[in-house]
Amino acid sequence: MKSVYDNEMKLEFLSKSNNEAFARISVAAFASQLDPTIEELADIKTAVSEAVTNCIIHAYEDAEGIIQIKCKIFATSIVIEISDNGNGIENVDIAKEPLFTSKPDLERSGMGFTIMESFMDEVKVESILGVGTKVTMKKFIKKKEPTEEEGEEGAKIFTSFRI
Amino acid sequence: MKTEYVKEDKLLVFEITEEIDHHVAENLRRKMDNEIQRYLPKTVLFNFNNVTFMDSAGIGMLIGRYKVARMIGGKVELTKVKPSIKKILEMCGLLKIIPIVDEEEENEKCV
Ligand SMILES: Nc1ncnc2c1ncn2[C@@H]1O[C@H](COP(=O)(O)OP(=O)(O)O)[C@@H](O)[C@H]1O
Ligand SMILES: [Mg+2]
Repeated sequence: MKSVYDNEMKLEFLSKSNNEAFARISVAAFASQLDPTIEELADIKTAVSEAVTNCIIHAYEDAEGIIQIKCKIFATSIVIEISDNGNGIENVDIAKEPLFTSKPDLERSGMGFTIMESFMDEVKVESILGVGTKVTMKKFIKKKEPTEEEGEEGAKIFTSFRI
Repeated sequence: MKTEYVKEDKLLVFEITEEIDHHVAENLRRKMDNEIQRYLPKTVLFNFNNVTFMDSAGIGMLIGRYKVARMIGGKVELTKVKPSIKKILEMCGLLKIIPIVDEEEENEKCV
């Protein structure tokens, strides 16, 4: 069932490193509709920063390409899909291991996927070598308890009128 | 980033004022390595009072400076780290090699 919380957005931008901040701030702004805690918001920003940075450094390397972010919010969760049409990953299981990096020379720590997995509730990585990579992450955002008089329906109506 | 060198203590302080991601880390590390090579400090202290965001690029940057400092016989420390940043430092096991030293504790030791 659709609720008043359901919403979507899509973002496309060039794989330039100065877009890393733009990407995480945009997603955080969209996510704030769910009224997340400061900690939940920080987790989302960090995970988005990791995935977007990977597109810039690993997928496109020195070339310029398009990074796409799709975001969906539901009553108690956010789903963020970050994709590129870059190099792709040969072995996703190995890439996800803590400390694994294909670019140690660039001071990469190899902790990107580990951070995404620990800061988000679900992380799925789909990749085809030479075609691109899609990282889908989900995080549950705890609903703040509605007051007794409002009840659940009341809280929703209240939210939709607050604009 | 602001840099301060305390000669008596051979202490080099980097006060970072930006969000630390890959874009920013690339610039910061070059500046930091220049300063470390210039002063050859005993201690490199990162003041994180104004750091509100850091991802794994910051982890790479800190480990990199730890290696540079070690090469010249120095150590690296952190101070005034916010909880959200501490969470990621802990997760990556960084606090074992780069400890957080806070002023209150430092003062207590002196008493
Ligand atoms: N979007 C991507 N395109 C191609 N390769 C990727 C992508 N994301 C991650 N990788 C590969 O997975 C490895 C691990 O990623 P990560 O955990 O973020 O560590 P790091 O970025 O520090 O290398 C990378 O070194 C790279 O080889
Ligand atoms: Mg990474």
